[in-house]
Amino acid sequence: MKSGSDERLARIALKVNGERRELLAAGYKTLLEVLREDLGLTGTKHGCELGECGACAVQVNGEPVLSCLLLALDCDGASITTVEGLARGPELSRLQAAFADLGAAQCGYCTPGILVTAQALLDRNPRPSRQEIAEALSGNLCRCTGYLQIFEAVEEAARAGAETTAPAAAGREVS
Amino acid sequence: MKVIGQSRRRVDARAKVTGQARFADDLALPRMLFCKLLRSPHPHALVRQLDAGAARAAAGVALVLTGDDFTVAYGIMPVSQDEYPLARGKVRYVGDPVAAVVAASEREAAEAAALIRVSYEPLATVASPEEALRRPEPRIHDYGEGPNVHRLAHFAFGDVESALANADRVFEDVFFYEGNTHLPLEQHASVAALDPDGRLTLWSSTQTPHYVHRELARALDVPAHRIRVVATPNGGGFGGKSDPFNHEIVVAKAALVTGRPVKITLTREEVFYAHRGRHPVLMRLKTGVKRDGTIVAMDLETLLDGGAYGSYGAASTLYTGQLQTVTYHVPRYRFRACRAFTNKPPCGPKRGHGTPQPRFAQEVQLDKIAVGLGRDPADLRLQQIESPGALTANWLRIGTIGLKACIERVVEGSGWRERRGRLPSGHGLGLACSSYLCGAGLPIYWNEMPHSGVQLQFDRSGRVTAFCGATEIGQGSDDVLAAIVAEVLGLEAGDVRLVTGDTDVTPVDLGSYSSRVTLMMGNAAIQAAERARAMLAAAAATRLGVPAERLAFAERRVFDVENPAAAMTFQEAVVAAEVAHGTLGTTGSYRPPRSAARYRGGGVGPSSAYSYTAAVVEVEVDATTGWIRVPKVWVAHDIGRVLNPVLARGQVEGGVYMGLGETLMEEQAFRRLPPRLSSALVHRIPSILEYKSPTSLEMPEVVTYFVEEPDPGGPFGAKEVGQGPLLPVAPAVANAIFDAVGVRVDEVPITPDLVLKGLEEKAKGRKPRVGPAAFPAVPWPEALVVPPPWEGGDGKAVNEKAQSRDVLPTAHSGTAGVKV
Repeated sequence: MKSGSDERLARIALKVNGERRELLAAGYKTLLEVLREDLGLTGTKHGCELGECGACAVQVNGEPVLSCLLLALDCDGASITTVEGLARGPELSRLQAAFADLGAAQCGYCTPGILVTAQALLDRNPRPSRQEIAEALSGNLCRCTGYLQIFEAVEEAARAGAETTAPAAAGREVS
Repeated sequence: MKVIGQSRRRVDARAKVTGQARFADDLALPRMLFCKLLRSPHPHALVRQLDAGAARAAAGVALVLTGDDFTVAYGIMPVSQDEYPLARGKVRYVGDPVAAVVAASEREAAEAAALIRVSYEPLATVASPEEALRRPEPRIHDYGEGPNVHRLAHFAFGDVESALANADRVFEDVFFYEGNTHLPLEQHASVAALDPDGRLTLWSSTQTPHYVHRELARALDVPAHRIRVVATPNGGGFGGKSDPFNHEIVVAKAALVTGRPVKITLTREEVFYAHRGRHPVLMRLKTGVKRDGTIVAMDLETLLDGGAYGSYGAASTLYTGQLQTVTYHVPRYRFRACRAFTNKPPCGPKRGHGTPQPRFAQEVQLDKIAVGLGRDPADLRLQQIESPGALTANWLRIGTIGLKACIERVVEGSGWRERRGRLPSGHGLGLACSSYLCGAGLPIYWNEMPHSGVQLQFDRSGRVTAFCGATEIGQGSDDVLAAIVAEVLGLEAGDVRLVTGDTDVTPVDLGSYSSRVTLMMGNAAIQAAERARAMLAAAAATRLGVPAERLAFAERRVFDVENPAAAMTFQEAVVAAEVAHGTLGTTGSYRPPRSAARYRGGGVGPSSAYSYTAAVVEVEVDATTGWIRVPKVWVAHDIGRVLNPVLARGQVEGGVYMGLGETLMEEQAFRRLPPRLSSALVHRIPSILEYKSPTSLEMPEVVTYFVEEPDPGGPFGAKEVGQGPLLPVAPAVANAIFDAVGVRVDEVPITPDLVLKGLEEKAKGRKPRVGPAAFPAVPWPEALVVPPPWEGGDGKAVNEKAQSRDVLPTAHSGTAGVKV
């Protein structure tokens, strides 16, 4: 059951959470769709698919981006970190542990996007101020928490040490 | 207590921080098809013709469904079953679905849907309740209590007229509270499939799997025992996923017809059309007081904009008045309410369901009363808090009331006594209080069965599994269940395995609405766990040779409190109990106590317990731009008992956040297109970008206090915390703005332009007040006269017969949710 529209597939090579992945995907597919539908990485969420809510945030080469606004094809060769790449094996990262302990995840739907965005912040600024955290997360909506426990979790992770850097960051360095 | 009251990582935290929580749209099944709905571009029109030929022939299309495929009306309330999964002959709002296309991919489904030709005959539209009252034709529905009037109610709890006539002062105001929507981050999604035995399963982002189960059976004409509904974790609900939805029934039907799994995920724009959010409510409130501000009578009229369908409206209507009596002592009370149909997405329950609007009116008016009488607003409230255990004028039985302590905490914390009225110009403090129910006293459909059931199963490994129909929507219901079972059995919360929200395997819990889960599921869980503990204790007592009543359960052990060396592990106790009793399992259930309110309509309002909240909000108002900034909020909540402080605080802060959003910016607003474009009513802002909600940058500092006075009705004394803390926010902001710049904004949202308008009025020497001018004439029915307890009443209306003719003229009234 093929549609009449252009379904030519493009070959895309990504490094996802430290692993090389090659796939064929329609050129119009967003990075979000490829992650969720082609690679089965459903940890990354969508709340609008218009770049308005931040739920789909992932790191591309260490920078937080909205995966719903990015064509997968344009990410060819890039390193992608999703929420699935934050833990070190079965061990939660410091940031994940702080989110879990301090109530930063209620329904959990905005959580993956906020985690990768906050991790990117900590990677470039290990001891951010409350204002810097609020600014870094201002593109990620959360309807449950009122943000305060999220701020506290990021601060706790920062306090807990410089090694909060996600293992995926290490993964990015593996060739 | 070892678990209850301790700050713990919630039991589902790991799944949520690793991305492993499986939301409905995360499910993918082999051979899965995708569904898209074709929605009406007209707010009110007859569907003359629908030609789906081209869509059916399009590439990838497996099935096209239309209104002809669904002949049974459904709806959450038995009194207003006025929806069809796909429109049958008529559409009632922009977004009302008319057809569904099921195809191999979402894209093909969307492309084929665009090929469906629908011929509409547009009808005149009704944009507001005022217009609905003025315009009897064309009717949006052919049922209701008047043309384009869905519900009317009129209660007289004592003679209010004479009480007002004898009052020292009477304050009268008209208020408006705009509608707003839940905006859960997760868009609604559902997957339907036939299991290997041919039975239907629906996985859905729903807060009420039991009600969806019932409505699927009705709408599809399939026996309920052949349908399984699984509530996936909800990515936020706030009431917006409490109705059975058209898309759920459509994919279920499509799975039955195609024999293949079918998924639908709403776009964000469609979520705005699904709505069921806060009703816009116009209110007139008249309160008679003594010279010192003590209330002698209250007279409230509410006019609700219901949107295009009934939804929870029959209950919402009554909630705009029924809880006005549980905070302060109101000796006499009259309440009149009207819900009109309009050509907009249906309104329903949002956090606080029907009560934030009249709460805003009451608490702003109390502030005016205090100012008018030269009283401190905190003292005015403290002097007339309703008494614990009281029976109110409308026959609601109150349990514990921690409001006095709540007010004292926020007054002290905020420096209210020293700072109010003395801050620099543009800075102000406002105070407001509120209360909320801990679960509706009656189910949506009339029955005498438990509202919540918990089943425990014990494995020889020592593992306990708790089964309950309760639904995790982010509020932490799973954590509450695990914590309570663990506490009773001396385990850790993480030792309890959970199976929840699955109608095939879990006992019924009515759902995550009306702040009912902690109290009702919690009580059921205690009963099940105590029954299990008794079985384990009996077996352990025999093995240890000590009386069972001397045994304690703690730290995964069972031991003699007088000789802790006489002990066994929890797992050994399970084994001993299985030897003694056979296969181990217990059940527990909960049904709220019978209400004292025996009048028709008295089914809305009763609850097993009521929570109380007080808040002080600080604002900064820029007199040049009207911009309002909220730097800090102090909020105290009477929760009875905190089960998990981390989660409880999160509920309070989330409630304050959501309250600030509705107060300062959020509105589900509509606009009329010009006549050449059919004068259609369209949603002004169906996107997250334009539907302004607070971001991390707008969130103020929040100081949260808990008042813990265990309520005998709650599990370990616990009361609700999910909804109550939202309620005082809007009036506290309005009162703070008055303190800051001397302007009364009697409507919500309070936007900078309204503040500027008020400042202009003030500068011109006119009344510095912005808000609705008048309340329209409503054809109120004859009052249902119910004498208050202190006037010799018995909870019944003295003229029930006269009233029942007026109140419920529609079919199915015997199963009304409002029946007592």
